[in-house]
Amino acid sequence: MNTRNSWQVMSTVFKRELTVAVRRKSDLINPLLFLLMVVTLFPLGVGPGPDVLARIAPGIIWITALLSSLLGLERLFRDDLQDGTLEQLCLSPCPLSLIMLSKIAAHWLLTGLPLIMLSPLLAMLLNLPTSAWLTLMLSLLLGTPLLSAIGAIGAALTAGAQRGGALLSLILIPLFIPLLIFATAAVEAAVVGMPNQGLLAILAALTVLSLTCSPLAVAAAVKVSVN
Amino acid sequence: MWRWLHPYAKAEASYRLLSRLLPWFACSAVVTLLISLVWGLAFAPADYQQGDSYRIIYIHVPAAIWSMGAYFGMAIMALIALVWQIRTASWAIAAIAPVGAAMTAIALLTGAIWGKPMWGTWWEWDARLTSELILFFLYVGVLALYFAFDDQKAGAKAAAILAIVGVINLPIIHFSVEWWNTLHQGATITKFGRPSIANDMLWPLLLSILAFALVTATLIIMRLRNEMLFNEIHRPWAQAELGVNPPVAVSQQETR
Repeated sequence: MNTRNSWQVMSTVFKRELTVAVRRKSDLINPLLFLLMVVTLFPLGVGPGPDVLARIAPGIIWITALLSSLLGLERLFRDDLQDGTLEQLCLSPCPLSLIMLSKIAAHWLLTGLPLIMLSPLLAMLLNLPTSAWLTLMLSLLLGTPLLSAIGAIGAALTAGAQRGGALLSLILIPLFIPLLIFATAAVEAAVVGMPNQGLLAILAALTVLSLTCSPLAVAAAVKVSVN
Repeated sequence: MWRWLHPYAKAEASYRLLSRLLPWFACSAVVTLLISLVWGLAFAPADYQQGDSYRIIYIHVPAAIWSMGAYFGMAIMALIALVWQIRTASWAIAAIAPVGAAMTAIALLTGAIWGKPMWGTWWEWDARLTSELILFFLYVGVLALYFAFDDQKAGAKAAAILAIVGVINLPIIHFSVEWWNTLHQGATITKFGRPSIANDMLWPLLLSILAFALVTATLIIMRLRNEMLFNEIHRPWAQAELGVNPPVAVSQQETR
């Protein structure tokens, strides 16, 4: 199969993902609402003091982003597995890992991008200094593809399992820890006005690494689930 | 080498081999464990700074070392299971993970017990403690995934993939956690510098590391044998091994 046809398959899968998502809007909106509500819980839980909130805002936003991404991930492969789409994709002469890459890209576009656009609102609610907003969005832009890429591995592994939801969180959360560390460190550095390019560069490196390697793992996991 | 290795892809052959090895491992584990612990806990000199409480090192350090060693062993088995489709290797994942998790738990518990008198706190968000805790989570994830499938083969394969993903992530997690610790705050409690260790303390430590390796290996062999019998119970050799007749249904309790 030549490159052009592979590209065609990838774009078809990509468009299909978007179409399916648009037809089930609640799946798109619910994680965002969840994000907003959890962020609302923090001031209620730790007190509305602006200083405290600003201090913990990067952590809150990133942790809630991580949790809300776990919410939507379960669906990434489950429905496709049940209606046989995954089997058909496995039969395609296009390398399965490339198809999975386009699924990951579609997933990021549907979950990561809205999250980035929502983030200034969250930053405002949590009283994050304006100077750090850009860094927050940049860290989300660089970090959320990693959430989709690594998350897809977990979703593919648990697609065939029972009690997939809790299991998904169990296996994914440890893998997200480096992302959380560097992303929040970058935003916190921006809050106190320290240079943070290095941290963002590491974030970008982690994302590139995960985008490179994870489609292979996702493809292997999908084959396990299909069999 | 392949000629020598090839027969052990069959569960029966490797079961026999493990059965032959088990007494040796078990005996040497017990002997070295007894010697090293008695030596370390009773006869090694007390530390000039920490007094007797440092002696937990003879349990803590070997457990920590082999908690990581077991993970790498598990990842190697996972790779073998995925690449060469050797089922014995995929059972080894299920055999190693609980042992490794137990070692991690021992390291964490003894670390907490050691931390209380030394650092004044049970738990410190120290880089090494944190990555050990995350290692524990990784073990739990692999185990949970292994047993989450109806089809046990699928579970083993999924767990194998996760183990390999985990082993790629492990150094990243370790270094990021180390960096995180230096980023967030200077260590509030300075860790005692122990640039070199006296030979009188080092020898029992090395022996206890060996002893824990043997204990880990013994436990893994025992679990792996059970896992083989459990998965091959429909085969004549396993039934002969257990002394059951083919029609008799064997409950899970008996085989595990």
